[in-house]
Amino acid sequence: MRSDRLNRTPMGLKIAAGVGLAFLHLPILLIFLYAFTTEEKSYQFPPPGLTTQWFAVAWNRPDVWAALTLSVKVASIATAVALVLGTLCAAAVSQTRFFGRETISLLVILPIALPGIITGIALRSAFSMADIPFSFWTIVLGHATFCIVVVYNNAVARFRRISGSLIEASMDLGADGFQTFRYIILPNIGTALLAGGMLAFALSFDEVIVTTFTAGQQSTLPIWMLEELIRPRQRPVTNVVAMVVVLVTFLPILGAYYLTRDGDQIAGAGK
Amino acid sequence: MTTAVLFDNVSRHFGAVRAVDGVNLEIAEGEFFAMLGPSGSGKTTCLRLMAGFEQPTGGHIEIFGETAEGVPPYRRSVNTVFQDYALFPHLSILDNVAYGLMVKGVGREERRKAAEDALAMVKLPGYGTRRPGQLSGGQRQRVALARALVNKPKVLLLDEPLGALDLKLREQMQEELKSLQKSLGITFVFVTHDQGEALSMADRIAVFNDGRIQQLGRPEDVYKQPKTRFVADFVGSSNVLPQKLCQRLGLTAPFASLRPEAIAIAQPVDGALSLSGTVAAHSFLGAVNRVVVDVDGARVAVASPAALAVPALGSPVTISFAAHELHPMEDA
Repeated sequence: MRSDRLNRTPMGLKIAAGVGLAFLHLPILLIFLYAFTTEEKSYQFPPPGLTTQWFAVAWNRPDVWAALTLSVKVASIATAVALVLGTLCAAAVSQTRFFGRETISLLVILPIALPGIITGIALRSAFSMADIPFSFWTIVLGHATFCIVVVYNNAVARFRRISGSLIEASMDLGADGFQTFRYIILPNIGTALLAGGMLAFALSFDEVIVTTFTAGQQSTLPIWMLEELIRPRQRPVTNVVAMVVVLVTFLPILGAYYLTRDGDQIAGAGK
Repeated sequence: MTTAVLFDNVSRHFGAVRAVDGVNLEIAEGEFFAMLGPSGSGKTTCLRLMAGFEQPTGGHIEIFGETAEGVPPYRRSVNTVFQDYALFPHLSILDNVAYGLMVKGVGREERRKAAEDALAMVKLPGYGTRRPGQLSGGQRQRVALARALVNKPKVLLLDEPLGALDLKLREQMQEELKSLQKSLGITFVFVTHDQGEALSMADRIAVFNDGRIQQLGRPEDVYKQPKTRFVADFVGSSNVLPQKLCQRLGLTAPFASLRPEAIAIAQPVDGALSLSGTVAAHSFLGAVNRVVVDVDGARVAVASPAALAVPALGSPVTISFAAHELHPMEDA
């Protein structure tokens, strides 16, 4: 009797789960649907007709391309900065003992716990005080603050599983610090870095709040979308772009999920 | 005779902790040298000082005549077999063994061949394609050995190399290590807390306690003539006679060691020394009976041949031994 109860889910629970999932994902499907609508001024349901003309319109709009390339550039550079700094920080915190180590590991994680608006205001006033003009690089800096956390979190967990004697063994066998990093540390933390990097890229790619505070005249893709919603014409173009964004961010997150799931046995296999 | 490793008054202090405190030792080329001691005695720190993972806070270290202070591990002609083997989990066995050659820039074919030879030497031919996770503890230990030896080190350091193996495997590996060392002629320095292992394998033993060497010598000497109480307790099953018995036997030293097999339950003959007491316990150990005699509160163990009758518990007995079997010791 008891195993029956464990194995069979009550119907009510199934329905609740279905409704929950539908609530989460139906709006996304609606976005996809309105990318094909013939009505360009308002989102009336059902759509009066279906067309693929908005894909061509979006393709030929230079402002879409400008926003898209800016977002990709910002996300790539912020992720690259985060990969270097996050890995170094994770290495220091997990492999060595020094005064204030616990404090540092807390301070590094703090930016992702703080509301984005705080980070945004703080950065904006800091930039103004230092007389740094708002530019592409201020956006990158703003994004790097939370991208580092994601990389750090992934890397530190993997670093803790690398036995300290592996690094000593490598040095003992004649490898200097760089060779040890290249041949021993990197292969063991590689998937964690890839996962962290993908998450960081996805976070940066759709970030709005910090960007509004740190951007100058430029619009990243999410900012461009917000502006576009206010305008009355060619509304489905936003939906086309949204569809592309969903696909572009979904794939790396899916990849990161599979990489970290399978990476569990990588560093612990020697024990 | 070339000196392989020289420690001149070497200390390694961690804050107030004196892990290694004024150690002097000289290990000869081709020697099988054991550093024996309980955990925390400084033996592993000494090994790490040789490998270069630790730097001395005082004193001077030479490896084959070259100053070792400040030389990083990767520039020393010394290799280590780690206690947990520290095989690289993401590399195949062959790549593990060839690692040292790879980072030195040896060509692919050459290092593959050298690694295969090394694997054959430790009796694991054809295991190259496997991963460390697919091997047993004993096999991983052999891989760790091959990985160190393929670099042709001048000194091989072994950190409790047999600690994780079961008894039978350990005995087998003891013999193999010994014969490997003989045939290669490389200086082996190994750390152990197992006195049987040290006695059976080493040419010379340094017994460590509290960061200092208590005694350094050949296994027979360390076993038969422990210099301090600690060595007598840790290395052998020797009796440690307290001061009042020493005085009664005419010694000035505060303590003396007396091995159980040197004592007979009999009246003294030919000027032998003797003590009287009562039988406090006895047990059968196969070839011998272990009889514990209470002499004025001090317990003296006697290894009595199994062929002889065992006196009853509580009965008065006289034990005797030749004067030269009694070794005076320092109090430490």
